[in-house]
Amino acid sequence: MFELLGIPPQALFGQLLLGLINGSFYALLSLGLAVIFGLLNIINFTHGAQYMMGAFVAWMLLDYLGIGYWWALVLVPVIVGLTGIVLERLMISRLYHLDHLYGLLLTFGLALIIQGLFRNQYGISGEAYSIPSQLVGVQNLGFMFLPNYRLWVIVASVVVCLGTWFVIEKTRLGAYLRAATENPTLVGAFGINVPRLVTLTYGFGVGLAALAGVLAAPIYSVNPNMGADLIIVVFAVVVIGGMGSILGAVLTGFGLGLIEGLTKVFYPEGSAVVIFVIMAIVLLVKPAGLFGRTA
Amino acid sequence: MLISAFNQTNLALRAAQGRKQKMQKGKLLLVSIAAMLVATPAFAQTSVKIGVLNDRSGTYSDLAGEGSVVAARMAVEDFKAAEKGIDVTIVSADHQNKPDVASNLARQWYDAEGVDVIADVPTSSTALAVNDITREKNKIFLVSGAAASDLTGKACSPNTVHWTYDTWALAHGTGQAMVETGGDSWFFLTADYAFGHALERDTSEVVEASGGKVLGAVRHPFPGQDFSSFLLQAQASGAKVIGLANAGADTTNAIKQASEFGITQGGQSLAGLLIFLTDVHALGLQTAQGLVLTEAFYWDLNDETRAWSKRFAEAHNGNMPTMVQAGVYSSVLHYLKAVEAAGSKDSAAVMAKMKEMPSEDALFGQGQVRQDGRHVHDMYLFQVKSPDESKGAWDYYKVVATIPAERAFRPLDQGGCPLVK
Repeated sequence: MFELLGIPPQALFGQLLLGLINGSFYALLSLGLAVIFGLLNIINFTHGAQYMMGAFVAWMLLDYLGIGYWWALVLVPVIVGLTGIVLERLMISRLYHLDHLYGLLLTFGLALIIQGLFRNQYGISGEAYSIPSQLVGVQNLGFMFLPNYRLWVIVASVVVCLGTWFVIEKTRLGAYLRAATENPTLVGAFGINVPRLVTLTYGFGVGLAALAGVLAAPIYSVNPNMGADLIIVVFAVVVIGGMGSILGAVLTGFGLGLIEGLTKVFYPEGSAVVIFVIMAIVLLVKPAGLFGRTA
Repeated sequence: MLISAFNQTNLALRAAQGRKQKMQKGKLLLVSIAAMLVATPAFAQTSVKIGVLNDRSGTYSDLAGEGSVVAARMAVEDFKAAEKGIDVTIVSADHQNKPDVASNLARQWYDAEGVDVIADVPTSSTALAVNDITREKNKIFLVSGAAASDLTGKACSPNTVHWTYDTWALAHGTGQAMVETGGDSWFFLTADYAFGHALERDTSEVVEASGGKVLGAVRHPFPGQDFSSFLLQAQASGAKVIGLANAGADTTNAIKQASEFGITQGGQSLAGLLIFLTDVHALGLQTAQGLVLTEAFYWDLNDETRAWSKRFAEAHNGNMPTMVQAGVYSSVLHYLKAVEAAGSKDSAAVMAKMKEMPSEDALFGQGQVRQDGRHVHDMYLFQVKSPDESKGAWDYYKVVATIPAERAFRPLDQGGCPLVK
């Protein structure tokens, strides 16, 4: 069979599949960010810390209460989403009338505080969280061995992303939300409780981040810094996809995961940088992002 | 009228001047009496400032971090500095594993804050930067955390002591052991910075010298999170041993993900070339069991190490010490003894004493600082216990072999250090 730049095609397919898996984390996280920014105009820098909280709460549920992975998938987004709602009610909602940057500064500060608190309590080396027994093992795909758990991650994130897109674009609730961002006064005049809608949406976005955290807990080290490294990449994904576009965020997440996967094969040293190079190019050529709409 | 007014002012001024002079003479007398009263005994009061510089918030913060500061304080206490007329202050800072941050901190400490010696500094790239600055400012650098063997090789300095371990010792400990048990083809997963490159280079030499082959290497960004792609490449290479030339969270993540991809089940072994006690603690014995590693210190080696480690744990949240933290204690203790012996804190004099006097403490036993700055002591080959073999928290290692000091470190003439004639 032919070889592409010295890499046999089987190895390449394997790497592409792994890239897709990474991309599903990017997609899930950037979905949450895009929902929060696109609909609420808040630049939520706490997203990485909330992803980390999701993983930690899943670990805490297992370690302190004996509650396993499958229940955690449902409970953790709700718990962390509630903390997000508290944050939003107490602090973030006071900044809506101000410039974006204040929200950015506040959420960035919150992220540092949350990370610092967890680091103080748990140290940096991380906690052990094992893959649930139903998902242990590998599938022999011929060109690679794919762990069952990673397959589950792709499936789960595609389902959640499509579900969220459907709710926002095709249902009445989503219509209210989209209308409320365009013209909150008018929507309020129709009797819809706009502040509550906004709060619940923020909580939902945070819940998405926490869900990504639970999905990540068995395969990545559950440590306080896990969100910090990821969030910068996710912001780049959202910027490339277009800050207001939800479908854009999801597609870009998967796409960039693939590109990163390819870079890891051909030039691994550059794999941490390639997404930012692409972001720089996209911003030069199409500042609103690939799927973004200029206001 | 004017003249008399002028005269009066003049007289007044002269009188004031006279009073002022009398006051000044009085003050002078008072100060000299005070100085005589405060005059110290024959050994003039030396004050020494030690800066513990390491990663306090990132990948390497558990294996060094605050624990190193605790260890330094214990060294000052055990040395009984106060009774010997040496006043010791300890300061600490976070270099965030970045050479530029470390350089700025080192310069500020040496220039503006009167720090005499910097200790610890994990992350080889930062250590190499601080090494240069210490030589430039003629201070002293006691390396415990960093690994690159270049610190006593081509980057060696008359102001630096490399205390605890280095990439050569790790390569010849773990690398040699793996090759001898049949691992004759290797693939490296390397952290893409100074330390990873040094470890990969030193281990490749060992493998090739023992008749093995290096099939390839992949360099991952430091720090990394997802190693699945690189592990897949390692799996595809078919090498018998996958050498992890990285440390801290990178190593633990790679090991976790390797077990997920069934790498060890497929017949390949993982060689963790640099593993710390805190990594095994984070991985858990279920995942880490069977790993072979080389370290310079373990809390459970003998009664003396156990006693010291118990004191350390009480001051550090119940966590047992890693070899890096033990090395900070040992090197600071030896430094203070050298200051006492030299009678001053002049860098050249103290360094000469440190190399002249053999070192002796509860943690490393007997050791010696060589011409190139390398501290030689016994190293140990450990294997991680299985969950059944362990009797409790932190009971993780069993000793496989002791590598005596003469064989543990690179021979003096092979490093390319300009100080060695």
